[in-house]
Amino acid sequence: MIRQFLAAALGTIMAAGALAGCGGVLDAAAGQAQAITLYNGQHEETSQALASAFTRQTGIAVKIRSSDEAALAQQIEQEGQASRADVIFTENSPALEALQNKHLLETVPAATLAGVPTAYDSPRGAWVGVSARVSVLVYNTRNLSSRQLPTSVMQLAGPAWRGKLALAPGETDFQPVVTSIATAYGRRAALRWLHAIKANAAGHVYPDNETVTADVNSGQAQIGIINHYYWYRLKYEIGAARIHSALALFAAADPGYVLDVSGAAVLRSSRHRSAAQRFLAFLVSKQGQEIIVKSDSFEYPLGAGMDPSPTAHGMTPFNQLHPNPIGIAALGDGSAALDLLQQAQIL
Amino acid sequence: MNGRRAARLVAGISLLVAATLLLPVTFLVGQAAQVGRTEVTRLLLRHLTGMLLVNTVELSAVVTVACAAIGVTAAWFAERTNLPGRRIWRAVIVLPLAMPDFVVGYAWTSVAPAIHGLLGAALVMALSLYPLVYLPVAASLRTADPAVEEVARSLGDGRLKVFFRVTLPQIRTALLGGCLVVALALLAEYGAFEIVGFQTFTTQIVTQFRVGFDSAGACALSLVLVMLGVTVLAGEAVLTAGKRTGRPSPHGTRPPQPHRLGAAAVPAVAGFGLLAGLAIGVPVATIGYWMIQGQRSSLPSTSIAAAAGNTVAYSLPAAALAALAALPVALLVVRHRRRGVILVERATYLVQGLPGPVVALSFVFFAVHYAIGVYQSPELLVAAYAILFFPLALIAVRAAMAHAPRELEEVAGSLGRRPAAVLARITLPLIAPGLAAAFSLVFLSAVIELTTTLILIPTGAHTLATAFWAQESNSSYAAAAPYAAMLVVIAVIPGYALGRYLHRAPSERTGSR
Repeated sequence: MIRQFLAAALGTIMAAGALAGCGGVLDAAAGQAQAITLYNGQHEETSQALASAFTRQTGIAVKIRSSDEAALAQQIEQEGQASRADVIFTENSPALEALQNKHLLETVPAATLAGVPTAYDSPRGAWVGVSARVSVLVYNTRNLSSRQLPTSVMQLAGPAWRGKLALAPGETDFQPVVTSIATAYGRRAALRWLHAIKANAAGHVYPDNETVTADVNSGQAQIGIINHYYWYRLKYEIGAARIHSALALFAAADPGYVLDVSGAAVLRSSRHRSAAQRFLAFLVSKQGQEIIVKSDSFEYPLGAGMDPSPTAHGMTPFNQLHPNPIGIAALGDGSAALDLLQQAQIL
Repeated sequence: MNGRRAARLVAGISLLVAATLLLPVTFLVGQAAQVGRTEVTRLLLRHLTGMLLVNTVELSAVVTVACAAIGVTAAWFAERTNLPGRRIWRAVIVLPLAMPDFVVGYAWTSVAPAIHGLLGAALVMALSLYPLVYLPVAASLRTADPAVEEVARSLGDGRLKVFFRVTLPQIRTALLGGCLVVALALLAEYGAFEIVGFQTFTTQIVTQFRVGFDSAGACALSLVLVMLGVTVLAGEAVLTAGKRTGRPSPHGTRPPQPHRLGAAAVPAVAGFGLLAGLAIGVPVATIGYWMIQGQRSSLPSTSIAAAAGNTVAYSLPAAALAALAALPVALLVVRHRRRGVILVERATYLVQGLPGPVVALSFVFFAVHYAIGVYQSPELLVAAYAILFFPLALIAVRAAMAHAPRELEEVAGSLGRRPAAVLARITLPLIAPGLAAAFSLVFLSAVIELTTTLILIPTGAHTLATAFWAQESNSSYAAAAPYAAMLVVIAVIPGYALGRYLHRAPSERTGSR
């Protein structure tokens, strides 16, 4: 038994060693054909689909390293000039803005930036917007009818929602809502709002939006603020028959109605900048954007050439969304929101 | 090589080990120094800080005591009684170490949504961490001389009295060591607390890191954890000081006469069943539930075999390396207990009490600046695991070393045996159970390590833990479940194999004569 186990273990180690050795050889071979490394904080399958299509088109291999976007951003910061990353692709803009503030990002060529409307790019041209999500309400359809829903995120602070609201304040998707409220009504109002929703969400404060969505769907909580795609992913996972919840949009331009942009950037330290920039251009190209539409990450493609009206997966068409006009620059790196969240002792 | 030169060599290696183990702390201090004084003050003097301190200390105290009680009781029954099914229990009872904290947290919040706050956190943590006490204490019970107990019993002392007067002093080093690493692990725990909604210092630090993209601020806050860690270490040093642990008879240990449980076997088995049910049954049932749900996953499934292969290939050498590196430090602190030596030993524990992201970034920092060639190589990941879990190895080896009779070594030395020969022929066989416990502790902890793995693993490779995370973080529980199930399978093997190996007599283990 032990001998067999040790033999198996030894075999595995040797195999791993051999693979590592081969890896070196492959690297050398790929070096001639070029390979780039992608630090990926986005939906893994979509990124892989994008990478393989890019490789088929250009012959440039893409090595993908997936992790949490915040961890990737700080890893890149520590790596500095020695970073192995050529491209970083994140789910939200603040991680990219944080890297840009530390001067770690290379300027994106104008042609690539032109691939998406200016409003969705880095204000300083350091990264390009690729896809977007929108913050919405998710509510349990057994407990609530659509007529009972708030039209503004501010109403969630009211006593009617005590014990019914679910919240994931630690998610990077929640900060933009806080920033947006502070921009619209001022820091003090935002702080009051945070205190109130903290009380309303007592017992339903969760680490992530997946849990918020699942708990609203199961009826443990009745309402929550999430990015729309969590609900579509849940529906995809468990099947429509077991969905007992629905999404609702806030009133047009409500501060709770925020468009979150997912973007990509080339690192200043990259040794394969031109190949990396080609990858960025591919992400916003028609071909790349169509992969995103077809994928099950359920995001809106931002490409300028994309038809905004079709309703893939039954999602509200992009041109019928009326989010708050707060821009990328105002959302910043999220530190102002973090400050407020900490002051309200939610985080 | 004579004895003095050997001692110097041991001290030299120990210093090197301690210096390596201090690297994450050095990084943390360096980063914190970059943060302005006003910012540090602001972060530390928020209203929340007081509450976080209370939460952290309260929880550490409650869980450490609970782990001590569960770990010692389970170890005594598994090692010293004729508990039915001992062999299976020994392998099963250590499994919680290999349960990803996310699975445990998720399982409990699904089974009992009311679980929340201090009690919820204490329950989840006690059920996950008690093996840190169980393993060294069980190893210690194996090496301690059962004859002393038997004499006490033959003099008419009751079982309880014998336990408290004879057995407890014998396992003291192991027990305190276990409590030490439990307390330190609690300082650094994050995932489970996030799920049961319990805020500690570390949950704050991780927020600062994850939401604020502020590793320097996170490091500044971590200074508080370093101080708490130093307090715990000082406390344990005071408690262990001056006492000599029981030693095996110079004739070498023989297997103890197991206590006959008789009718008490029923409640004992029921107790083990309950513990296993709560600590392992609940999470394993959750994994099973996910698997039969048959949900669709929107993520590619990494080959389970490849992920398992990587997990084993990284964790096995790390476990061996940590156990090996613990040897000189344990030898030094047990055989040459002086103030300087104690400081060197204490320094190696600090890493256990630091938040995962901070430690992970420190590896990036040092690799990028001083060893760029090995950055994101399997070798560096193995070394990182060995550093991360070295404290677990040390407490197990240290406890076993405390039992090994120095007299035997001295006799062998006086007979002209070289120190290396004494170590190989006398000391190593005697402390084998401790080395094995060290190996198990590190292996089981390494197989589920996530934070550092994500940062240091070769680009494109997966372990079971990272593959599980990739699915789980997208709510693809059905797709995540097989990886968690495979983790359990891998975790059972060393427990079972080592259990069989260790329960042979010491003379058989050495293989000589």
